[in-house]
Amino acid sequence: MSDHLPETTHDGHPPVVVDEPIPDPGLPAHEWRPTDVDPKAERRAERQVAGLFGLAVVGSILFVVSYVVFQVGDDPDLIGNLGASNVALGLCLALVLLAMGAGMIQWARKLMGDQEIVEMRHPAASSQEDREAAVAILQTGLEESGLGRRPLIRNSLLAAGGVLGILPIVMLADLGPLPGDKLYHTIWDLDTWTPEMQAWWQTQNRTLQRVVRDVVGTPIKVTDLEIGDLVNAEPEVIFATDPETKQPIVEGTDLLIAKSKAAVVLHRMVPSDIVSEQTLNWSVAGIVCYSKICTHVGCPISLNERTTHHLLCPCHQSTFDLADSGRVVFGPAARPLPQLELTVDDDGYLAAKQDFNEPVGPSFWERG
Amino acid sequence: MSLDTSKIADTNRDTPATTKKPNKAGAVAGWADDRLSLGTLTKVFARKVFPDHWSFMLGEIALWSFVVLLLTGTFLTFWFVPSMSESTYEGSYTQLRGVPMSDAYASTLHISFDIRGGLLMRQMHHWAAMLFIAAMFVHLMRTFVTGAFRKPRELNWIVGSMLLLLGILEGFAGYSLPDDLLSGTGLRIADGLIKATPVVGTYMSFLIFGGEFPGDVIIPRLYILHVLLIPGLILALIGLHMTLLVFHKHTQWAGPGRTERNVVGFPMLPVYAAKAGGFFFMVFGVTALMGALLSINPIWKYGPYDPSKVTAGSQPDWYMGIAEGLLRIMPNWETHIWGVTISWNVLIPGQIAPFLLFGMIIGWPFLEQWVTGDKREHHLLQRPRNAPTRTAFLAAMVTVYGLLWAAGGNDILATHFHWSLNSITYFMRAAIFIIPPIVFYITRRWCIALQRADNDRLLHGYETGIIMRSPEGGYTERHLPISEASAYTLTARQRDQIHEVESEVDENGVAAPGGRVDRVRAKLSRGMYADNVQKPTAEELEEARHHAEHEHELESGLDHPAAGHEFDDHNLRDVDDIPLRHP
Repeated sequence: MSDHLPETTHDGHPPVVVDEPIPDPGLPAHEWRPTDVDPKAERRAERQVAGLFGLAVVGSILFVVSYVVFQVGDDPDLIGNLGASNVALGLCLALVLLAMGAGMIQWARKLMGDQEIVEMRHPAASSQEDREAAVAILQTGLEESGLGRRPLIRNSLLAAGGVLGILPIVMLADLGPLPGDKLYHTIWDLDTWTPEMQAWWQTQNRTLQRVVRDVVGTPIKVTDLEIGDLVNAEPEVIFATDPETKQPIVEGTDLLIAKSKAAVVLHRMVPSDIVSEQTLNWSVAGIVCYSKICTHVGCPISLNERTTHHLLCPCHQSTFDLADSGRVVFGPAARPLPQLELTVDDDGYLAAKQDFNEPVGPSFWERG
Repeated sequence: MSLDTSKIADTNRDTPATTKKPNKAGAVAGWADDRLSLGTLTKVFARKVFPDHWSFMLGEIALWSFVVLLLTGTFLTFWFVPSMSESTYEGSYTQLRGVPMSDAYASTLHISFDIRGGLLMRQMHHWAAMLFIAAMFVHLMRTFVTGAFRKPRELNWIVGSMLLLLGILEGFAGYSLPDDLLSGTGLRIADGLIKATPVVGTYMSFLIFGGEFPGDVIIPRLYILHVLLIPGLILALIGLHMTLLVFHKHTQWAGPGRTERNVVGFPMLPVYAAKAGGFFFMVFGVTALMGALLSINPIWKYGPYDPSKVTAGSQPDWYMGIAEGLLRIMPNWETHIWGVTISWNVLIPGQIAPFLLFGMIIGWPFLEQWVTGDKREHHLLQRPRNAPTRTAFLAAMVTVYGLLWAAGGNDILATHFHWSLNSITYFMRAAIFIIPPIVFYITRRWCIALQRADNDRLLHGYETGIIMRSPEGGYTERHLPISEASAYTLTARQRDQIHEVESEVDENGVAAPGGRVDRVRAKLSRGMYADNVQKPTAEELEEARHHAEHEHELESGLDHPAAGHEFDDHNLRDVDDIPLRHP
């Protein structure tokens, strides 16, 4: 009953001594199970195990039958919206597996020997002799290689290894292009357009890019919006099609990247509700336009509180006041929603006067 | 060189001497043994002892669900196309026909609607992933709360923690692959977290996404991480985890004959192999049942990813819940200084706090070892009550986890219970600092109370529920001693020792080096262990026994059960002493 805590010793046993007010009574005597002593019980257990394995065979047959009978695409909503094929295959597979598992466990529990056996433990540490021998071997290796005596070789090897370690990192540089000023501009800025887009723009013969409805791409007049309306909108160029081939000009990844920065919302309110002067100046007849991309981590914001002019992000609940420069009124976002300066073009459609005057979306280090 | 007696004629009687025909299996085994020394391996490992306890099964669930993941995942790779190339869908699911989408999304629809059993395998894969991570979490808590991480198992504790981290990473990479609206939103948030990294954030984002978000390479890149790199690492670490388990031998619960120096249980062959093998099929079967009956990640309902769209109530998989909760309740702090932006509102919840919390759990065993100075090996598990501070710490951490989880679903709570979203968020901001310490305090006192109850059982026996009336008219409850086996089990634990500051000054009267560190250690030791209840000493037990005998004398007039208690035998019988069945 030691009061001090000894270090691990190397005498072949863990040194832990349990302070024992009561001596160890030792392992209790083994008790025989009914299946050990009653041949009837034993045969019953045997039949149970074989029955379970038999059930697994039945399940496998049913699985193959369901595989042939049910087609997947037919009706995915059959049987509690899960699809008949899915339910049938899954239940059959479960039957096979559970029956096999239950059979094996029943076999182990009822019929295999249930005598517990005892194994002695040994300390994890190697014996003192082995340790000393190991140290001696390493010492010999160190001496024979001359690693200690020849620091020049050692240090140059370390240098070579270190430099080698840099190469894979260098090679990862081509994973992607450098950011450049890409995060500072969106497709609202006509200067960022590709030649195809520019060519299309020539055919339009206009100077201002329209703010059009998302999904359908139709231009919007002031009178199209009622007070309190919230409309998802996009720059018109993403709906542009080649006049000859009728193919979209912006598509695939370019389209997704464009949308991930240029998506906006339009909201119409009574002009007298507008609080901030800039919001008023950049609005048209009470219609304001803001970036749809949250300044927190970039979710598209779309939950509108009609009476308060608040816009809520469904991901992390940052809430922005559309009447007051997109000010953050609640939640983890730190910066106001960037506002897009609206105007009306010669045909009376809503259009953007210029690109956002700050980067949209999540904050980043060099943003300032 | 031992003689092969099977080749030697074994008779010289009237039948002709013939050599015995070697049996087939024996021949194969012999062939293999000649090259692989299988005999020695079998001798060492086949009868390896594994102790039995339900809680040792938790890690097994994790292991087997990983095997299910490998099997179902391999099936999925036969059809999944990890590409973001866009095409127009023309498959079986009529509601999305004509919609432009990535090949990744289209091929996931193909697996779900055109491949028989494809949806089943997808759902089983996803459910098995949930089980895998959940089982690792529960296994970690079991290991923590029973002190199974103590010497010599600290390295395995680290390996297990790495497995949990890799599992979560693997899960995130996996559910991002189908390129549906929900997983794309998850990636967008990940991009936001990456961009918040000081100095290199935008560069990392552009390198990872191959340009601006979402780019066209993130799915193929995540795919190779998901099917090769991370599973390879997980597999290697599982191998290490199991090797160390076999090398150290499993921990066991104290009990008669079960000590620090032995391990008592069933041999690997045949019982444990059969039980564990059977359990693999059970885990697989339960996963199949879940895949059949519980819909999970119905990506066809979400639609393909579009960065300008999101659904209300978007939730990540459950194990990302605490990161989500942290993101949601973090105040909107951002610093603009010297022309740069530091987004504390994203940096703290996304990159610092989760690892800090994880580090606290992983680091605790090392703190404990430093405070106790315990360098001994431990193979007997501790009951949670016998390490009150540790148990309370885990309870507090589980509370933090649960609160953050709830915070991650604050919108769901708000809409389901008609609570104010803002109030929930404000409540959570305070709650994660206030509630865990309360839980810590309660759990700690609770453990200590349970320790007292144990000592009461040891010293005064258990309550029989029989009320005795003395000749004087006083009432007492009759206590009977617990069995020797139970008493031994209760006392088979070590006394806690409190570290004292050795000396403020060394022998020359100079302040001892490391004196301040030592004082901190002594203070922690007092805080962590001073209130614990220690088991009674042999003298205390003897005295209590003496006292009990005296009481029994007082009751000795009663040679028959008290009126109304004639059938109380089952209460008096201690289950440990008398088995239910006799042979």
